[in-house]
Amino acid sequence: MRKIGLLVNPIAGMGGSVGLKGTDGLAEEAARRGALPRAPLRAEAALQTLRPLREDLSVLCAAGAMGESEALAQGFSVQTVYAPEPSTTSRDTFEAAKAIEAAGAELLLFAGGDGTARDLVSAGVTIPCVGIPAGVKIHSPVYAVRPEAAGELACRFLKGERRRTKQVEVVDIDEAAWRADQVSTCLYGYLTVPDDRSLLQHGKAASPASEAAQHNSIASEMAKRLKPGCYYLIGPGTTTKALMDGLGLEDTLLGVDLIADGKLVQKDLCEADILRRVREKETYLVLTPTGGQGFLLGRGNQQIGPAVVKAIGKDRLFVLATKEKLFNLQGRPLLVDTGDPEADAAVSGYMRAIVGLGEEQMIRVSAD
Amino acid sequence: MKKIDRSNPVRTGFHQAKWDEPVIFELSQKGERGVLVNKAEKAVCEATEGTAVLPDFLKRKEAPALPEISQPRVLRHYARLAQETLGADVNIEIGQGTCTVKYSPKVNEQLANLPQMRDMHPLQDASTAQGIMEIIYKTNQYFCEISGMDAFTMQPGGGSQAILGMASLVYSYFKSRGEEKQRNEIITTIYSHPSDAAAPHLKGFKIIYLHPDKDGYPDFEAFKAAVNEHTAAFFVANPEDTGVYNKNVLKFTSYMHEHGGLCAYDQANANGLLGVTRAREAGFDTCFFNLHKTFSAPHGCGGPACGAVGCADFLEPFLPAPIIRFDGEKYYYDYENAKNPYGMHKIREFNGAAQVVLKTYAWIRALGAEGLYQVAKTAVLNNNYLFQKLMELPFVDAPYIPGKQRIEQCRYTLEKLLEETGVGTADIQRRMMDFGMHYWTSHHPYYVPEPMTLEPTETPSKADLDEYIETLKYVFKEAYDDPEYLKAAPHSSVCHQLDESNMDDPEQWAVTWRAYRKKYQ
Repeated sequence: MRKIGLLVNPIAGMGGSVGLKGTDGLAEEAARRGALPRAPLRAEAALQTLRPLREDLSVLCAAGAMGESEALAQGFSVQTVYAPEPSTTSRDTFEAAKAIEAAGAELLLFAGGDGTARDLVSAGVTIPCVGIPAGVKIHSPVYAVRPEAAGELACRFLKGERRRTKQVEVVDIDEAAWRADQVSTCLYGYLTVPDDRSLLQHGKAASPASEAAQHNSIASEMAKRLKPGCYYLIGPGTTTKALMDGLGLEDTLLGVDLIADGKLVQKDLCEADILRRVREKETYLVLTPTGGQGFLLGRGNQQIGPAVVKAIGKDRLFVLATKEKLFNLQGRPLLVDTGDPEADAAVSGYMRAIVGLGEEQMIRVSAD
Repeated sequence: MKKIDRSNPVRTGFHQAKWDEPVIFELSQKGERGVLVNKAEKAVCEATEGTAVLPDFLKRKEAPALPEISQPRVLRHYARLAQETLGADVNIEIGQGTCTVKYSPKVNEQLANLPQMRDMHPLQDASTAQGIMEIIYKTNQYFCEISGMDAFTMQPGGGSQAILGMASLVYSYFKSRGEEKQRNEIITTIYSHPSDAAAPHLKGFKIIYLHPDKDGYPDFEAFKAAVNEHTAAFFVANPEDTGVYNKNVLKFTSYMHEHGGLCAYDQANANGLLGVTRAREAGFDTCFFNLHKTFSAPHGCGGPACGAVGCADFLEPFLPAPIIRFDGEKYYYDYENAKNPYGMHKIREFNGAAQVVLKTYAWIRALGAEGLYQVAKTAVLNNNYLFQKLMELPFVDAPYIPGKQRIEQCRYTLEKLLEETGVGTADIQRRMMDFGMHYWTSHHPYYVPEPMTLEPTETPSKADLDEYIETLKYVFKEAYDDPEYLKAAPHSSVCHQLDESNMDDPEQWAVTWRAYRKKYQ
């Protein structure tokens, strides 16, 4: 019997219906305002699509409303691997995710919002995941377009029709700032999803070439430009990871790595490491914009601080991006926020981004 | 008898033919034949000795894997497939976006099918082909007049090949100056046709794209930042897909010339510009016309077509050979360019699709100069009628410069419709099929959110435009009233929704029968 995980964040989405922007830290307030749980129903809608496979499936889940009740309601056989506190918190999501993976699930279906996806990242989940959209904030492309689509995607994956996977960003906005009408997106990490652009969020404007094909094309162009005898600092992100993969080098997905002459020189550098290396020899910086707002510097790569930026300068900066990522900006500039206006100004203005083999787009970089 | 009610222009009763027709290879029956060829006479067999004269490496070891099939079954097969298409002769051709094709007068088809044309061979002696040579020569002159260029070639077999022709002219020009290695970059725009990037890329150029500025024009500041000592040329359409004419185009072409580069104008679709503006006066050194798009020769399912490339006199020595010239008494083939060490020599065999040029010639002659100008005015009028009617709908918008007149087409956005109903442009596209109509979104990836690109040309009447608008309105209303039914469309087309999730997976796709058999049989 095959095992899949089911994880439901039962309070996800409650804040939205009562005018709270998100539910992080406000579940009680949402309930007081009369919000009803919606994640369990959405999880059941996803499971309904999976029912044809239920004879062969064992659902690993946390007890109660965090998955067990929903799976039982849809007639699945269930194995509980974690018992949450009566009033669930993000700690329970974290622990349940760990337990589900440890128990041997080959796929994790989870219902929640961006906060829930963040918890999975914190838990270090490595198996493929499919998000059932149930939260207030759904910015991470780990979520399917609809609950039924999540079930459909899980179905395709389990039947072997969609085994190819990819890593996608988990982003979230600072809810406290959002409530004050300030939107600030941060990249928290990556989750693996079955690669299916018709069923996942942000798939609507997909290019004819798959993201993987575009990444390879961008990596090939960048690899052609690597000069012998120079250092290249490789920033975080899946686009830059494709370069490292292409070179056959180990990569720190969320960190900065240093390469030279086709070899890994140092992994996961901190700001002090970077500054030391920059003084050693001619150093180039290879970045990809992160998160929904298109931050080039200052979000998710703070180790590339103002001193580094000033030392390297605009002429030795390479920007890699898929066409979709740049199109999604809708004319807005890529943002830099190093905390030092002088450093920001040093990389602001027009420059080129590599978008494929022999293809570049003119982009504008700005501090605001 | 009941009176026929035609008050509702929306064809709610339409249903396209669905034959569930197999691939022709699957129809093959061993031993079945379409034509039984008589055995040649003994003397003929002896004289040719069959395949004995061929060297071994040229001989097949096995018979070709062609379908074995009778004539009526072949006829039925292709007639059924024809019924499963929405060709230009059966639908109101507005919704093909930038690929809309105008009406091709049937009389010109008869002209091209005359034995004097049909039975010609491109290798026959020039003295026996004076008629078609005159037609190609004169069409060339008309194009020079329409564009302001000095010379044209009809050789390229379509738009992308024509752009490759322009890129080859650019390459030849810099090669003749010893700069082809240095000048290896071409700048184009997001809203120009993707072939304006793809074809020069094929020629070996690096491509730099410009995003639009806030008004939708190519960003001039980005353009200035992109131009450097490596820049070979600027390839652009005007208007671009937005339908907004860039009146500052001369600023771009002048800046490019000041920095030693050339300028190439994608005029595949010049419907709104005939008799209004000319490529040369806008500062371009080369341009091309798609004869199937602007000059009424039919598209022919992607061929035979003709993309006529024009250029200024200093680029003429690099045009492909032969060029048809007139010495005052007769027309002749000039092969001088084939000797040019820097030229492209050939882009396709012979002088292009001669029938297509003939249809173009007939169309231009029937209209005259005033008629061509009227074509442009009508195409622009049709588009702006459509624009005004659609912009009255609260959920339809057109990005950039509110109120600005569009030229021959427009890219709208249905972002608000999506927000309010959950119905997106791809859903509308599939639903329009249920009424026998095309509808186009945009090239991928989408730049305008939820795009809808419509281009009426001068062909449709007001009644045609109204039918298209009413059908769109019917579908939009359905988005609010019954979005789930709409999203499940098409319901009356050849096939229903396809699972396209594997289309980008090289492990699974099969674009030929051979690939299908290899992967799935």
